[in-house]
Amino acid sequence: MTAYVIRRVWQMIPTIAGVILLIFILFNWVGGDPAQVLAGKISNPEQIANIRKQLGVDQPYWYQLWVFMQQVFTFDFGRSWSTNEEVSRILLTRVGPTLTIMIPVLLLETTLAVIFAIMVAYVRGTLTDRTIMIVCTVAMSISFLVYIIVFQWLFGFILGWFPVQGWSESFWKNLTTYAPLPIMLAVFVGLAPQLRLYRSFFLDEINQDYVRTARAKGVPEKKVMLKHVLKNAMIPILTNVGISLPGIFVGSFLLEVFFSIPGLGREIITAVNRSDFPVIKAVTVYLAVLTMVINLVVDVLYKYVDPRVSFK
Amino acid sequence: MSAVLTTPQPVARQESPGLWALAWRRLRQDTVGMVSLAVVAFFLAMMLASFTGLIAKDWSKEKGVSYANPSFLAGAENLEARSMATKEAAKAPAVDLSDIDPLAPRYREWEERAAKIAVTETKRAESLPFGGDKWGRDVLQKVIKGSEVSIFVGLCGALIATFIGTFLGAMAGYWGGKVNDFLEWFYNIFTSIPYILLILAFAAVAQATGSFGKGVVSIIVILSLTGWTGIYRLIRAEYIKHGNREYVKAAQAIGATNMSRMFGHILPNVSHVSLVQLSAHVVGFIKAEVILSFLGFGVPVDQVSWGTMLAEAQNELVIGKWWQLVAAGASMAILVTAFSLLTDALRDALDPKLK
Repeated sequence: MTAYVIRRVWQMIPTIAGVILLIFILFNWVGGDPAQVLAGKISNPEQIANIRKQLGVDQPYWYQLWVFMQQVFTFDFGRSWSTNEEVSRILLTRVGPTLTIMIPVLLLETTLAVIFAIMVAYVRGTLTDRTIMIVCTVAMSISFLVYIIVFQWLFGFILGWFPVQGWSESFWKNLTTYAPLPIMLAVFVGLAPQLRLYRSFFLDEINQDYVRTARAKGVPEKKVMLKHVLKNAMIPILTNVGISLPGIFVGSFLLEVFFSIPGLGREIITAVNRSDFPVIKAVTVYLAVLTMVINLVVDVLYKYVDPRVSFK
Repeated sequence: MSAVLTTPQPVARQESPGLWALAWRRLRQDTVGMVSLAVVAFFLAMMLASFTGLIAKDWSKEKGVSYANPSFLAGAENLEARSMATKEAAKAPAVDLSDIDPLAPRYREWEERAAKIAVTETKRAESLPFGGDKWGRDVLQKVIKGSEVSIFVGLCGALIATFIGTFLGAMAGYWGGKVNDFLEWFYNIFTSIPYILLILAFAAVAQATGSFGKGVVSIIVILSLTGWTGIYRLIRAEYIKHGNREYVKAAQAIGATNMSRMFGHILPNVSHVSLVQLSAHVVGFIKAEVILSFLGFGVPVDQVSWGTMLAEAQNELVIGKWWQLVAAGASMAILVTAFSLLTDALRDALDPKLK
C-alpha cells in the first residue's frame, strides 16, 4: 500500500505543475499587467508599483513564473488587492463558515438520499416510483436561484422561522440559528439528482443473482434489502460522495451570497467582482491540490469498503 | 429482331436503413421524446423569431405603470405605481426666483422651443398580459427576449465545447502514446480544479481584461473552454474502442489517410455520443448562464436574460410582485425539463443497446 501511495503522490507532481502553469497563463499572460486591471480600483500609484514589483511584471515570463511558484510553495500570496488583507489569512478564516454549512449538508443529503432511494427502488415500476421520478426530473430543472429566492422569502420573510440572513462569531449560534435554512435548501435541492442516481445503483444490485439466491433460501425481504443490497450498492454511492467531497470547500457560493455567509464561496465571488487576482489564484491552486489529495484518500479508503479492490 | 438489346431491369435493392434513419424511427415511437422535441422546437422558434425582431421587438419600451398587474389580476391594488404617481404630481411649488436666477430671461425662449418638439404622451397601461417590471416593461416580452441570450449561450457554448472535446478525444484515442499522455495530462489539470472554481477563475480574467470578448460572447468562451472535459473522456474511449475494429483496418488497407480514418470513418460511428453529450451540455450551460448572469458576469445592462430577470425578481418578491420570478423560472424549467427528456430519448434512440 505504501508503494501505491508513493506512486500516486509521484503522479500528482506533473498535474500540480500543470495547474500552476494554467493559472499562471490565465492570470499573468491573458490577465496582463495588474496596473491595467487595477487602474481605477487602487488610486495609490505607489501601491500599484509595489504590486508590479512583487509580481515581477517588468521581468521576463520565466521569472514571473518563478515568483508564482515561490508564492505557491511558501503559502504567501501577499495581500489582497482590494482589502489589503493577507491572502493566507483570508483563506483560513473563510473555510470555517463554509464547512459549517457544507458538512451537515453532505451528511444529511447522503443519508436521506440513500434512505429514500432504497425505498423507491424497492417499489420500482409502481406508480409511486414513477411519480417520484417525474417529480425529481421537474425539481431538477428549476434553477437553484429560484429555490433560494423562494425559500428565503417564504421561511425567512413571510413565516419568519429563520433569520433572512446573517452570521455571528459563535459556532453554536451559527449552527443553530443561521445555518439551518441554507442547509435545508441545499439538502432539498441536492436530494433529487442524488435520489435518481442512487435508485439506479440499487436497481443494478437488485437484479443480481445473489439477491435471487438470498430470496430463494428464505432470507426475509428486509434483510435482503438492508444487508445484501445496501452493502453492495454502498460502493458506487461512496464513489459518488468521494467525487463531491472536494466541492464542500468551495461550498455553495450562491447560498453564501444570498445568506451573507462569510465563507470561501462568497469570498471568491467578491474577488472575481473586484478583480482581486491573488485571492482567486491562491484558492484555485490550493483547492486543486486538495482535490487530488482527497481523491487519493478516497481511493485508499476504498480498500476497506470493498476488499475486492487491490492497489495496482 | 424485336427482342434484342432490352436493357436488363435493375434489381430492386433493399436499402437497409442507416443509423440516423433507425434512430429517427425509434424516436418517433417515443411519445415523451416527441413531446419534448416539440417543446424544444417551440422555444427555438421563439428565440429565432425574437432574434429577427418578429416578436418582442419593443421589450424595452416602458408600456405599463410600474409593476403593472398581470391581466388576470387587473383589479388588484398596485401601491408602487400609486406612490410613483403621487410623487410625480407633488412637484415642488414654483417659487419665483426670477430676480436672482441669471437664466430667468431665457426661460420663455426655451419654453417656446420645447413646445415645437412634438411629444407624444403615452398612456401607461394599468395591466399587462403577464404583469410589468419596475419600469413598466412587459414581463412576457422580457421572457421571450431573455430566452434569446439564455438559449443562444447554451447552444453555442455546448457546440464549441462538443467540438473541442470531440477533436481532442479523437486525437488522444486514435493516436495513443505521447499524444494521449499529453492530452490526459491536460485533462487532469482541468478536472483537478473544482468545476465552479474553474469557471469563476476564467470569469475573473474575462471580467478584468475583456480578453475573452464582451458580454454574452465572454460567457460562451468561458463555458466552452471549461466544459469540454467530459465529452473528451467519452469520445476518447470510443476512439480507443473503434481504432482496432476491422472497418478501420480495411480503410487503412485501401490507403485511407489517418485524417480520413479519424474523421471520415470513425467519427460517423461515434457521432451519436457527441450528439447526446451536446444535448446534455446545452441543459447544463443554460443553467450555468442563468447563474453567471445573475451574479453579473457577462450580460450587459441593456440586454435581458433569464438570469438578470431572476436578479430583479429577488427584490420584487418581497413587495409581493411574483410574476417576473414565475415567468423566468417557469420558462427555464419547462425548457430544461424538455431538453433533459429529449436527451434521454435521444440516447435511447441512438443507442438501443443501453436499454
